Amino acid sequence: MKSLKELDQIREKALEMTRVRQGQGLVKIVVGLGTCGIAAGARDVMAAILDELSKRGLTSVTVSQTGCVGLCDQEPLVDVIKAGEPRVTYGRVTPEVARKIIAQHVINHQVLGEWVIATKEA
Amino acid sequence: MRELALHILDLLQNSAEAGALRVELGVEEDPENDILRISVGDDGRGMDEATVRRVLDPFYTTRKTRHVGLGLPLLAAAARRCGGKVEIESAPGVGTKVSADFRRSNIDRAPLGDLPQTLAIFLAGHPGLRLVYRHRVGPRDLTFDSDEVSARLGAVGFDHPLVADWVKGYLSEGLLNLQKG
Ligand SMILES: Nc1ncnc2c1ncn2[C@@H]1O[C@H](COP(=O)(O)OP(=O)(O)O)[C@@H](O)[C@H]1O
Ligand SMILES: [Mg+2]
Repeated sequence: MKSLKELDQIREKALEMTRVRQGQGLVKIVVGLGTCGIAAGARDVMAAILDELSKRGLTSVTVSQTGCVGLCDQEPLVDVIKAGEPRVTYGRVTPEVARKIIAQHVINHQVLGEWVIATKEA
Repeated sequence: MRELALHILDLLQNSAEAGALRVELGVEEDPENDILRISVGDDGRGMDEATVRRVLDPFYTTRKTRHVGLGLPLLAAAARRCGGKVEIESAPGVGTKVSADFRRSNIDRAPLGDLPQTLAIFLAGHPGLRLVYRHRVGPRDLTFDSDEVSARLGAVGFDHPLVADWVKGYLSEGLLNLQKG
């Protein structure tokens, strides 16, 4: 049986992960979760991102959500923002592509060119 | 949308965009009367009467990025397709409550879908917001209050992947017990 008590352990584990964060550059990921994004599969994209981060124990990455940005036919949209690098917007992202974005772009600094729909200088 | 949970996510996002601090989600499954009702109530900025009337019209939106609203008309169409309806109550400065009724047994009714995943993700995107979720199946019910979770987590937020994972597992187990009785 799962219970709220388990949260005490989760809190400690999460705080411990945060403590080992130093040294890793901070990365921000933004997922479009407006109506078009949701209809195109953005919930499962966001779930894949969180799952990948938790499997890899990556705590230097924060994930947030945004609403409609007017690129409805390109949803699901995922933005990756790294300090000192251009902001990269990926379009028509699937859960599999989202996992690749973590492995290749976030960790190995290789942008997945074929999925990029826009880049913006920081 | 393929799952009612996705409509729910869309309604929750509307509430968050309206600046709500507290959102109540109700899911009522009433097999005896063949009804499935979803309601989302919030304390966000609300809408005046004229807006409420126009909001089910697909060509209405207050956003600037696109000229048609989508979410509420889509929900209304989904409800109508299976013998149900959408109702909106709202008052400026007070909040909004959207309720959608579906015929539970209608073959056109989308499945409820992955509600645990949906709520974990909504909370991850809005760590400061309080979500109270009540789900009733016949005589049994389940309540989840995000404040009870926050109280245990202290400085750790719902956006932490470990927490999102826990929320998903906790609600999945709760719903499984609720459905089997
Ligand atoms: N919970 C709410 N509180 C206040 N206003 C809302 C709420 N839900 C919807 N609205 C208003 O109704 C409009 C249409 O909503 P919707 O059909 O979801 O389309 P969209 O969110 O894409 O604009 C929104 O732009 C907003 O002005
Ligand atoms: Mg909306």
